[in-house]
Amino acid sequence: MSVELILALIKPLLGLGLLLTNTILLIWLERKVVAGMQSRVGPDRAGPFGILQTLADAIKLLLKEQILPMKADKAMYLLAPIIALVPSFLIFMIIPLGPGFDLAIGGESQFINMVGADINVGVLFFLAISSLAVYSVVLAGWSSGSKYPLLGGVRASAQMISYEAAMGLSLVPVILYSGSMSMTKIVESQAGNLSSTIPIVDSIVSLIPNWNIFPQFLAFGIFFVASIAEVNRAPFDLVEAEQELVGGFHTEYSGFRFAMFFLAEYINMFNMCAITATFFLGGWLGPTFEGVLPQFLSALMPTIWLGVKTFGLLFVYFWIRATLPRLRYDQLMELGWKRLIPISLIWLMLSAIVLGIRDFGLPWS
Amino acid sequence: MEENNDTIKDIDLWATNSEEGGWNISSTDEGSQKMLEQEDEVTTKIQMGSEVIDDYFIEDDISDDERMILNMGPQHPSTHGVLRLQVELEGEVVRRVQPVIGYLHTGMEKTGEELNYFQGPTNTTRMDYLSPFFNELVFSLATEKLLGIEVPDRASTIRILMTELNRISSHLVALATGGMDIGALSMMIFGFRERELILDFFEKTTGLRMNHNFIRPGGVAADLPDNWQKDIEEILKVIPKKLKDYDEMLLDNPIWQGRLKNVGILTTEECFAYGITGPSLRASGYAWDLRKMQPYSGIDKYEFDIPVFEEGDVFARWRIKVLEIFESLKIVEQAMGNMPKGPYKIQDKKITPPPRKRLDESMEALIHHFKIYTEGFKVPEGEVYTTVESPRGELGCFIVSDGSSKPYRMHVRGPSFCNLQALPVVMSDSPIADAVAAIASLDPVLGDVDR
Repeated sequence: MSVELILALIKPLLGLGLLLTNTILLIWLERKVVAGMQSRVGPDRAGPFGILQTLADAIKLLLKEQILPMKADKAMYLLAPIIALVPSFLIFMIIPLGPGFDLAIGGESQFINMVGADINVGVLFFLAISSLAVYSVVLAGWSSGSKYPLLGGVRASAQMISYEAAMGLSLVPVILYSGSMSMTKIVESQAGNLSSTIPIVDSIVSLIPNWNIFPQFLAFGIFFVASIAEVNRAPFDLVEAEQELVGGFHTEYSGFRFAMFFLAEYINMFNMCAITATFFLGGWLGPTFEGVLPQFLSALMPTIWLGVKTFGLLFVYFWIRATLPRLRYDQLMELGWKRLIPISLIWLMLSAIVLGIRDFGLPWS
Repeated sequence: MEENNDTIKDIDLWATNSEEGGWNISSTDEGSQKMLEQEDEVTTKIQMGSEVIDDYFIEDDISDDERMILNMGPQHPSTHGVLRLQVELEGEVVRRVQPVIGYLHTGMEKTGEELNYFQGPTNTTRMDYLSPFFNELVFSLATEKLLGIEVPDRASTIRILMTELNRISSHLVALATGGMDIGALSMMIFGFRERELILDFFEKTTGLRMNHNFIRPGGVAADLPDNWQKDIEEILKVIPKKLKDYDEMLLDNPIWQGRLKNVGILTTEECFAYGITGPSLRASGYAWDLRKMQPYSGIDKYEFDIPVFEEGDVFARWRIKVLEIFESLKIVEQAMGNMPKGPYKIQDKKITPPPRKRLDESMEALIHHFKIYTEGFKVPEGEVYTTVESPRGELGCFIVSDGSSKPYRMHVRGPSFCNLQALPVVMSDSPIADAVAAIASLDPVLGDVDR
């Protein structure tokens, strides 16, 4: 068996384990953060600081009865949670977690990159797979054979498709700017600091890292809003709006099938934040403190930096959830089609013009 | 009598199977005799509860394929209790609404006929569970009007103090649940957090957080606790600050404004037609507040304004509750400043039971104590209707007295019940999300609807 094959088998398993433990932490963190914002205590019974609460909930859901509604379309009903979960794992596999390292295996040095699959069209893969998530919601809503889930499913299809367009369009200027569709290349293109041709400005600007968020701030804003809508988080959580549709598309699901939707939601949220960090906040880039810290720790620093950025963005997600009321369906559509998409198109044009001038000079010169 | 039993003999009645023998359906007055004659099998079944009309909209009578019928409630997160709405949907848009009530029916008005006037507030306080003091007050005012007595000044002032605090706590719940229905989850917690402050004071004064039985015919049950001013000062200090926090979070928020403005509009004419009172009427541009129009318990002595809005939408109804909290705080402050000294119960041996220690000293006191606690006090014959301005509108109490110590008939005009009539108006032709916001803005309390 070749080393590559073994690596290809190990990486998904590691990724799976990482995501599952991470989700447990994430759900606990969200409950704690939102509780703090609402002057509550949050979970504090199971384990230290209630950190095992999610685990207890997961065990409860595993042991619960699986209910199959009488009117449900059986095959689709059982398939929908799986369709929800699989794409969320797939997306995680293309996120570069670090620069990679050399490992001596059997006498020869082997370069191991810290990404599940370093494909050269990573951005396209991300957009393609993330749009699969809508199928799970639509199918779950439709196959439940019940009215609230149906309404949730209808809402989902419209919402996720329209925000996908805005999300894709806001990524195009980033691709232009970085000159690559590979996630690793996009991260590497953000190394170093900003530079300016004006000397006085340069001395200030050169302190700022060369992250895409600074030149592409508008694209970042659009991507961030669209990504919240894409993972159906507040204030865009119309798909499962509790006060209107009881539970939305997963009203009829119980037990572990419900847990799968829940898991997929949180993994998607984490993925989305990690991808935002990768595209706009320099991914794993950051000071590694080589020489100051022990070698294994400084080798881990890039991954820690990515984690810090991702959890920073997740905190903003939680913050928004605790603060903002929910949008109405037509307002959501209006925001998507009348604001985000035109703005991202204009921004794309502007970025293309500026890049063209930078690379090829003014047309008349 | 016999033939009436014959007509329903072969109907399966759940009551006939009990050990107590058959349910002898008899009637005491002529009206119900006539009604019994007109009854056929189906109506009897419905009245006996062995057959239920459950659907007011039948799926078959929708001609349009695009429409579907959705049952919201009685268990639904945003129907504020056990309200059930049969909603006809066209896509996301609500076309027809049929509110179905009665899931919380407890027969309190009927129970009131079995309790004497002294016990009455125990019963009425449970009707509108968010504003128990108003229920007690309106029952006590009605009884006092029948008796023709005036309560002492201190009792009146305590009543005003407690009811206005109760108005604040009730409005805070309305703000909290209303915010939650629109998806502002933090608002839910914040509203209940501030309400806790007031409920703590209630608990200190009356011993209970709700269902106080504190305001009774003839005064109030107990005097205010020691150092009550300190608690009120705390409330007066904290609540305005917190209300400003809410405004910071929501008032200028474009999502909040977009969700509430021009949604669920009620015009003044519609309010008149449906008998809508309270904040919902004032939000529709009509300055009608019973505290000003038909003052009770000397509330005309206090200085306060009635906020009025012209828009009549959900935003106006939300805003008016916030402003009314400020006005109620003004009244509370004045009541605290001008609390008269003196007795907190009427000094009438026939109405107020003597204090416990007097029983050992005085034979007369013992007799009065025994009479009041066994039989209750007798109330002259007559009919009376009194109203107060509850947080939800005009709360009225109609009592017919036959001269005994128990009301012959007690009826309560619940503002939630009348306001609920507007649901088809405010919900029709709006998306589900707006419909939910509109229900929340009317602030129905199902205990008050069903009684």
